[in-house]
Amino acid sequence: MRGCVRPSRVIGALAALALTGAAAIAQPPQRVVSVNLCTDQLALLLAAPGQLVSVSRLARDPASSAMSGAAQGLAVNGSGAEEVFLLRPDLVLAGTYTNDATVKMLRRLGIRVEVFAPARSLEDIPARMARMGALLGREGEAERRIAAFRAALAALDDTPPRRPRAALWYVNSFTLGADSLAGDILHHAGFANVADEAGLAQGGTLALERLILLAPDVVVRGRDYPGRSRAEDNLAHPALRALGVPMSAPLTDRDWICGTPMALDAVARLRELRLSLETGR
Amino acid sequence: MRLAAALVVLCAALFALSLVTGLAAAPAGQSLKALAIDDGTPLSLVMREIRLPRALLAVMVGASLGLSGAALQGYLRNPLAEPGLIGISGAAALGAVLAIQTGLVLTHPLALPLSALGMALAAVLLILALAGPRGGSITLILAGIVISALAGALTSLVLNLSPNPFAAADIVFWLMGSLADRSMAHVWLALPFMALGWAMLAALGRGLDALTLGEDAAQAMGIHLPRLRLLLVLGAAASVGAATAVAGAIGFVGLVVPHLLRPLVGGRPSALLWASGLGGAAMVLAADIAVRVLLPDRDLKLGVLMALVGAPLFLHLIYRTRKEMA
Repeated sequence: MRGCVRPSRVIGALAALALTGAAAIAQPPQRVVSVNLCTDQLALLLAAPGQLVSVSRLARDPASSAMSGAAQGLAVNGSGAEEVFLLRPDLVLAGTYTNDATVKMLRRLGIRVEVFAPARSLEDIPARMARMGALLGREGEAERRIAAFRAALAALDDTPPRRPRAALWYVNSFTLGADSLAGDILHHAGFANVADEAGLAQGGTLALERLILLAPDVVVRGRDYPGRSRAEDNLAHPALRALGVPMSAPLTDRDWICGTPMALDAVARLRELRLSLETGR
Repeated sequence: MRLAAALVVLCAALFALSLVTGLAAAPAGQSLKALAIDDGTPLSLVMREIRLPRALLAVMVGASLGLSGAALQGYLRNPLAEPGLIGISGAAALGAVLAIQTGLVLTHPLALPLSALGMALAAVLLILALAGPRGGSITLILAGIVISALAGALTSLVLNLSPNPFAAADIVFWLMGSLADRSMAHVWLALPFMALGWAMLAALGRGLDALTLGEDAAQAMGIHLPRLRLLLVLGAAASVGAATAVAGAIGFVGLVVPHLLRPLVGGRPSALLWASGLGGAAMVLAADIAVRVLLPDRDLKLGVLMALVGAPLFLHLIYRTRKEMA
């Protein structure tokens, strides 16, 4: 079937594509809708006033979003194709983990959807900001933010001669290693990660037994969620208390699940934790 | 008595094996020494705070389920009566989930086992009311299906309504059961209720023996049937409720164990009671060792393994009783 299409049509279609592409470059999108917590925050940071129409519901949750205050003034969406389409966006920002059916549906309806992969290291953050800046036609703002980010990160980086060993310990005995944003934040704060010793650079289940036998110098616990679940029992297991190592105050998701400049706050807080460990010794 | 000795030895061996099964590569002797003498090492901590409660709970949960299964089967004179299959465990899980999600557990430490016990009690009463004194297979199984399905659905509903994003993942735990990373706190929480339940169920022996001759004969032999029923209901609810509150609903233990041991005790319900208690402990210990050997890092649920063993046996029993059901 494809071979039957006349060449003139193909040329016409290509020309149309090139024209819309050129138009997109020439004129930044006017109605931007974000359906992913991380693209929400990048867009809130970089968009021109009025350019961003709606963000996902999580963006307003102070426990998940570092920019919940800025999100209050915007309409929120539940990330469904129907409600997003009704907002008449000319650009939709989504994450790799956004429901694939939603992304495909929106594209079928002729809406431009840009998908962002989650950041795996602090180095990914300037790249994300540059891409978001280009998409929104806000390259200047993005460049300014990137320069500030790099300067702030450089100021925080003081690798100690001996790195204390820390464990990231989340609900359901989950941990993260070097190949993750949280692991990279831990590294920049001057810690060694016991997950890497256990061969869990990508992250995975670090059974309580294994955690205790690794005997880390500090346990950095994940956040406490509202309500209760048995999956969170591991954070309060008596054996963890009996281990007698300092446990950080639970860190909330907002600082380090998204590749935004706010990840620097997590670096700074963990660095302070390390310094307090060193003076306490 | 030879059987009793053999079962005790089996339980002791499996208990020791459970203690030395885990992720730590330490040799068995060193692990057991770290358990006996607290030398302040992380290994000692692992043995005392993680492995020991896990092995103890396997014994306690297994004994509760085996004993309850044998008692229910003796009373109803039906080999299909099992706490998991007829919905008692499922109802207990619902009780536990309700106590956790409503925040009752924060108001009083005993709220968790008591709530599980309460729901288990309701399920036992409902089963006995629906199945009647003689426990016909069809009514028993149908009633069990209804209670299990309802309890499972309500458990899922409550957990899905929770604001906690991980509560929904707990559904698997409550419906399938696991002993991973429990602590001594759970042992002390469950033990009093289980001990009470065991005492009540163990007292049923003579009555259940007499009941094999029929209700009239049993009454003629001086068995007070309402008292017997009351002890059974309270005993099963207390032991299964407490077991489920700390370990989730583990099915098929009370079906497989009495079935395997019945020929060895000459079919006497009184002897089957203690034998099933010991056998249940051995079975859950073995299953809990197996889940750790098969998938050390994944927390494979006990109910999965028990269903793989128990479901074929259940089919076999249904096949054998199909004449009665037809």
